[in-house]
Amino acid sequence: MDPSRKRKLRLVVALSAALLLATALIYTSFSASTEASKPSEIQPGKSYDVTGKVVKGSIEHRGDDLRFRIRDRDGTESVPVSYTGVVPDPFREGREVIVSGELANGTFVAERDSLVTKCPSKFTKDEQSS
Amino acid sequence: MEYALALVVLAVLVAAVVWLPLRRRGEEEQREETMLAELSAAKEAKYREIRDAELDHQMGKLSREDWRSVDRDLRAEAIEILRQLDRIEGRAPEGGIDR
Amino acid sequence: MAGVGSACLAVGLLTALYAVVASVYGARTRRREWISSGRRAIYCVAALSVTAFALLEAAFLRSDFSFALVAEGSSTDTPTFYKVTALWATQDGSLLLWVTLLSLFSTTVLFLTRRSLRDIAPYATAVLGCIAAFFLLLMVGWENPFDTLAMQPAEGAGLNPLLRHPAMMIHPPMLYTGYVGFSIPFAFAIGALIARRTGADWIRATRRFALIAWTFLGTGIMLGALWSYTELGWGGYWAWDPVENASLMPWLVGTAFLHSIMVQEKRGMLKVWNVSLICATFTLALMGTFLVRSGILESIHAFGASTIGVQFLVFIGLVIAVSAGLIIARLPHLRSEARLDSLLSREAFFLLNNLVLVGLCLVILWGTFFPLISEAITGTEASVGPPWFNRLVTPLALVLVLLTAIGPMLAWRRFTPSSLRRILTVPLAVVATVLVVLLALTDAVDSPPSLAMFCLVAFVLAAVGQELWRGTMARRTMSGESWPRALARLTGRNRRRYGGFLVHAGIAVLFLGVAASSAFLDQRDVRLSPGESFEVNGYHVTYREATAKLGGDSGGTGAPISFGAVLDVRKDGKHFVLRPSRNYYASGDPALGTISRFFEGEATSEVDVRWGLTRDVWLAVRPDIGSLEGPIREADAKFAESPGDVQALIVAALAERYRSDPPPAAFRAIASPLVVWIWIGGGIVVLGALVAAWPSPETRLRRVRSLYSARVGQELSRA
Repeated sequence: MDPSRKRKLRLVVALSAALLLATALIYTSFSASTEASKPSEIQPGKSYDVTGKVVKGSIEHRGDDLRFRIRDRDGTESVPVSYTGVVPDPFREGREVIVSGELANGTFVAERDSLVTKCPSKFTKDEQSS
Repeated sequence: MEYALALVVLAVLVAAVVWLPLRRRGEEEQREETMLAELSAAKEAKYREIRDAELDHQMGKLSREDWRSVDRDLRAEAIEILRQLDRIEGRAPEGGIDR
Repeated sequence: MAGVGSACLAVGLLTALYAVVASVYGARTRRREWISSGRRAIYCVAALSVTAFALLEAAFLRSDFSFALVAEGSSTDTPTFYKVTALWATQDGSLLLWVTLLSLFSTTVLFLTRRSLRDIAPYATAVLGCIAAFFLLLMVGWENPFDTLAMQPAEGAGLNPLLRHPAMMIHPPMLYTGYVGFSIPFAFAIGALIARRTGADWIRATRRFALIAWTFLGTGIMLGALWSYTELGWGGYWAWDPVENASLMPWLVGTAFLHSIMVQEKRGMLKVWNVSLICATFTLALMGTFLVRSGILESIHAFGASTIGVQFLVFIGLVIAVSAGLIIARLPHLRSEARLDSLLSREAFFLLNNLVLVGLCLVILWGTFFPLISEAITGTEASVGPPWFNRLVTPLALVLVLLTAIGPMLAWRRFTPSSLRRILTVPLAVVATVLVVLLALTDAVDSPPSLAMFCLVAFVLAAVGQELWRGTMARRTMSGESWPRALARLTGRNRRRYGGFLVHAGIAVLFLGVAASSAFLDQRDVRLSPGESFEVNGYHVTYREATAKLGGDSGGTGAPISFGAVLDVRKDGKHFVLRPSRNYYASGDPALGTISRFFEGEATSEVDVRWGLTRDVWLAVRPDIGSLEGPIREADAKFAESPGDVQALIVAALAERYRSDPPPAAFRAIASPLVVWIWIGGGIVVLGALVAAWPSPETRLRRVRSLYSARVGQELSRA
């Protein structure tokens, strides 16, 4: 095989590999993703990553379960959450959290270990946490 | 007040430091010295490649013929660099190059 | 003193801008004095930044709360180590750290290249000046670390307890050294493009900086993972969080760069690829710095919209535009000097390795920015989690390790196919043995990707071992030296090659740890009262008793209250004790009661880990202080106005109550195999990088000698 054909062949192989990777990326990410949402927007029957604030006074430890209510960042309506798994250290009422799960019978049933609490603001000038 | 004073003092210091070279004006680029350093580095790299190829041959990665051919190419490239070096060194001032 | 610091920054900004102007003017008019002046301006920027940095550190050390930054991030009772490191826990302080590191690195490289690279260095100076100016502008204009408070508070807010861990404090400087380090080859690449000197000179001058940057960045990433494992309560070391990914991406592309520059040095190929790679690395490094401070991605670190997010985006956009524009404009100068002779050559495998690394980076980039992408395409914001990342990254990682094994065994330019059999025999035999042993004696077959990784790791280690063996043998036949001496001379004269082999071995060991610990860990979440026990991975764990300490917590972080547990762990006659605890830091919130504020502030999990070469036993406890809530509220009411020492007595009483009659506590126990090899592998990588970066004294000697011999040869031929 003369050099220029070799090079064309290599180019074709490389491009095909890239195309394969891109297809895998796009296909898997859209099918495996969970929708990010606010507590006020979730519907039953779909899994979501819900971002919101923990309502003050709503935290309850019931045995292995953690129960609290989550509301929109700037809102008052809240949704009850039932969660099992590791509770991050910064978890506190009034803090912003992300939790994944599904709405079932009015309660947001969270996936195990999916609770993420945002570190208290380090880099914003407006929010003061003390 | 402290700010303004510090501003002035520091600005003056910096200005003094960066102005010093500007006193000697009009010096042209010493191209030869630059090219010499760069060619020497290139030559060193080429010598290292020749030695690496020899090591590869001894370790059995290259057969005798393959090594011979690679060695030939590398030495030709090294000779070209040496030629360029010679051309410049012929023009360079005597007394060696200080680093 | 704050005024002096601010002045340093302001003058620094002007000086950096002057450096840009002077260097470009000197380069265009070929006037050396202007180039020299521009270089000295960079030296001045370094001096000014270091001064500003020192002033700020001094303020932290003497707890000068007139500085807003000190009041925010430190307190009189913060241990000294954390006072020093609190400087870069803040946004303003971290910007100052960036500039200081950048100007110091720039000074070093410009000093070393002051007599060489005459065409490129001025433009590189200008680029470095621009970058420094950007960061200084951010500080002068928006985030001044020397802001003062009109009313000096009596006490500072103290360092966030989550950050009170040595690894967390060294992590930012390491990362920043990595990011800053990559700006040096970037600046010289841009300079080479502008000056149309696109040979390998800019690479040779900045190669070591790229390697050092890569090492620091990698260490920083590892420290972050180590912190996550030992400090956070979930027991993992990598969560594919956007901020973690942001530091990994430039590292991956940086790795590709380190390999592909070797191809350009030796064959004059891949010129376009190399400049593009370093521009991408630097862009990703900026993005890494920026991502922590932006509000664009939901993450554990994303703190909502920040004040300098837009500026960063603009600057990154500028960098991308200038890089792309320059590369396209200089395409004719970036033609390859040679062709790829054979697919069985090191060049070909380096190219493959580059493609895999860039592929990995693209996968991670896609996954990290997927929320934005999906919002743009479908209108709803969606995100992908660790399972997706693991699914896509694992096959690429396997291919990468395979290439890592084969690459070093090849030679440059070409490889004789018949010798392939001879080269591969021993390593493949080792792999086969390992495979058989694993299948027979362990249940590794339960996780095929891990099994594949184990075999590939064995392949890499066998290949590296073989290289060392054959190289030493080859030297011995030539020089007849003893074994150790031959090995030492071999590695000494080929530091880059053998340092690189060591790095590969380290990476292989690291992947071994990752594969084993992620696929074969055993985790139990239980709720126990004292006396009860449970089993994890054959270990019998008994909750012996509760502990309650006031002040003097085991981590040295200054926590007032620390509740914990003592657990006995037994297996096969071995016995050890683990003491996990939870630290409670008092809150400064005036809305809380006097006693409850001790329990309502931040709390951190102090994990206890028993390190082991074969497996780690990791334990975290979450005490249930719910039962204390009643007494705490009573105490709030009764002792609202009491002085500090009475409060301390009450807290002590509550602590004793917890200790003597503790309610069931929640425990998480993880037994993960071979985790410690991740850290060991990382250490080997650093060692290898050191060997590869070490300047060889012999080349310098040889350079002088050959100059003379060249002159001798010349004069001889003239005579």
